[in-house]
Amino acid sequence: MNRQALTRLKQHPATLGVGFLLVAAALVALPFALATVGTTWVRITNLAILFMLLALGLNIVVGFAGLLDLGYIAFYGVGAYVYALLASPQFNLHLPFWAILPMGALVACLFGVLLGAPTLKLRGDYLAIVTLGFGEIVRIFFNNLSQPVNITNGPQGISRIDPFRLGDFDFSRGETLLGLNFSGPVKYYYLLLLILIVVIAINLRLENSRIGRAWQAIREDEVAAGAMGINTTRLKLLAFAMGASFGGVAGGIFAAIQGFISPESFVLVESIMVLSMVVLGGMGNIWGVLLGALLLSFVPEILRHTVDPLQRSLFGKLIIEPEVIRMLLFGLALMLMMLFRPAGLWPSKVRKRELAEE
Amino acid sequence: MSALLEARGISKRFGGLEALTAVTLDINRGEIYGLIGPNGAGKTTFFNVLTGFYRTDRGEFMLGGVRLEVKAPHQIAAAGIARTFQNIRLFGNMTALENVMVGRHVRTRAGIIGAVLRTSRASAEERSIHERSYALLSFVGLADRQHELAHNLPYGDQRRLEIARALATEPKLLALDEPAAGMNATETAALRNLLERIRADGTTILLIEHDVKLVMGLCDRVAVLDYGKKIAEGAPAQVKRDPAVIEAYLGGVLA
Repeated sequence: MNRQALTRLKQHPATLGVGFLLVAAALVALPFALATVGTTWVRITNLAILFMLLALGLNIVVGFAGLLDLGYIAFYGVGAYVYALLASPQFNLHLPFWAILPMGALVACLFGVLLGAPTLKLRGDYLAIVTLGFGEIVRIFFNNLSQPVNITNGPQGISRIDPFRLGDFDFSRGETLLGLNFSGPVKYYYLLLLILIVVIAINLRLENSRIGRAWQAIREDEVAAGAMGINTTRLKLLAFAMGASFGGVAGGIFAAIQGFISPESFVLVESIMVLSMVVLGGMGNIWGVLLGALLLSFVPEILRHTVDPLQRSLFGKLIIEPEVIRMLLFGLALMLMMLFRPAGLWPSKVRKRELAEE
Repeated sequence: MSALLEARGISKRFGGLEALTAVTLDINRGEIYGLIGPNGAGKTTFFNVLTGFYRTDRGEFMLGGVRLEVKAPHQIAAAGIARTFQNIRLFGNMTALENVMVGRHVRTRAGIIGAVLRTSRASAEERSIHERSYALLSFVGLADRQHELAHNLPYGDQRRLEIARALATEPKLLALDEPAAGMNATETAALRNLLERIRADGTTILLIEHDVKLVMGLCDRVAVLDYGKKIAEGAPAQVKRDPAVIEAYLGGVLA
């Protein structure tokens, strides 16, 4: 059915073109529509895009190569700290963002290799436990590297981090152009959208390549993959490094947008959140992963903005905290998912087939 | 004829069990070499040593003069020994074509950069992977099933797909672990025809097989293993009459 619809669309390139233009126009207009509700919503959207980047990075590791990584947020943290240390009053360094982001990606990539090299012989649950530990260790380092030499400023975190600047163009400052008010978050939105599109393109191309096929083969049967001449250790390491680099870039952007980071942003729950996005949306399917990230970023915010006023108007006071409801719904949603759509909301063809026939 | 594969004194022990004892054999270029023996004789162990899955305790083997006994499976595949598995191990949720395309991995080079930037080199390589893989699927007679998932294929087709995947690595020696197991007579006949065509293309084949009729009809030379030792070697007709072989197979009941 779905495939039929797609073939029909492909027979009408004009329809496809119009559809594409409509989506593009909607994405361009989105921040202004959101800004009429409140700039907060533009910020929330930006964070949602950051999580999409993270989820896409993790999808390479979990979805493509089939390696369960429970410490993924560590790479996000590494990217964020690299940016914060090189563009803040902490060391009085103020390097430009286009120089730091690749550095963040590289350092995160190194950490990925550092974690992967000794552990990738482990499989399944064992790998999950080691990565979980790694994530915690990195966070604890952020927390404690304030002495004897103050590097990370400990639990207080690093503040007054530089925003992205390109010459005189400052991403955090609002300005009016052609009668439209481009606030800071709106500018970041466009930048993030651009990066997201690039990252999606990279993922799509990787999936249908020699490397992507090798990852799939490892996921399907590591022994057979090895017998076919695939250097499984090297390719798994590559998946780890790629995923980590994406996390590092996202972390750098996060630091710049927030202007403040502390170890608290990189706790285990965040790793689990990103993993949930990948699993909920549909492991291995890029569009599903994006959907998962979108839902898990927005639904809590919508709850936060509706549950509180609703209760006050109904009962005159707050009875259940939005945070509690969020976790309740989250748990319920995951259970329903496992029962009714175990392959995710928008599963990859492969996972759907896998689960349908077991 | 010169030896493609030379195995010298291969020994492998699992705990108290001596699975292989000083097995020495040569496989000549262009022949189909059969390895037979009763259950538990060490055929599969020998096979796993040869493909890098087990390390030898003693002994060495060379492919075209290159020593391989210390290499990992993927290096051995790169050196030119490709294998199939007794209990079929395809990439079940990939299509038949994709399975063969994975086999091309070891003979191609494109990396991350090539894939992401779609360089002309990477694109050309990808096209050649596709063409070559499709040609191999046609060769084993699965061209019309190219988009089927491997695990949806009938048993005989899965066996042939495994052979196509192994051939995609451009092996000098194709090692087949009981390819006819579970096949009916028609499928076995088709397999025999396929193996003869592979030999005609110049690929040497090592065949482990229970189907004695297939082995005797197809192989140029046969070795018999029993309790981890090579007890006979030679032309099929000659091996069939060897008293030691009859003893091993029939346990001396008729002797």
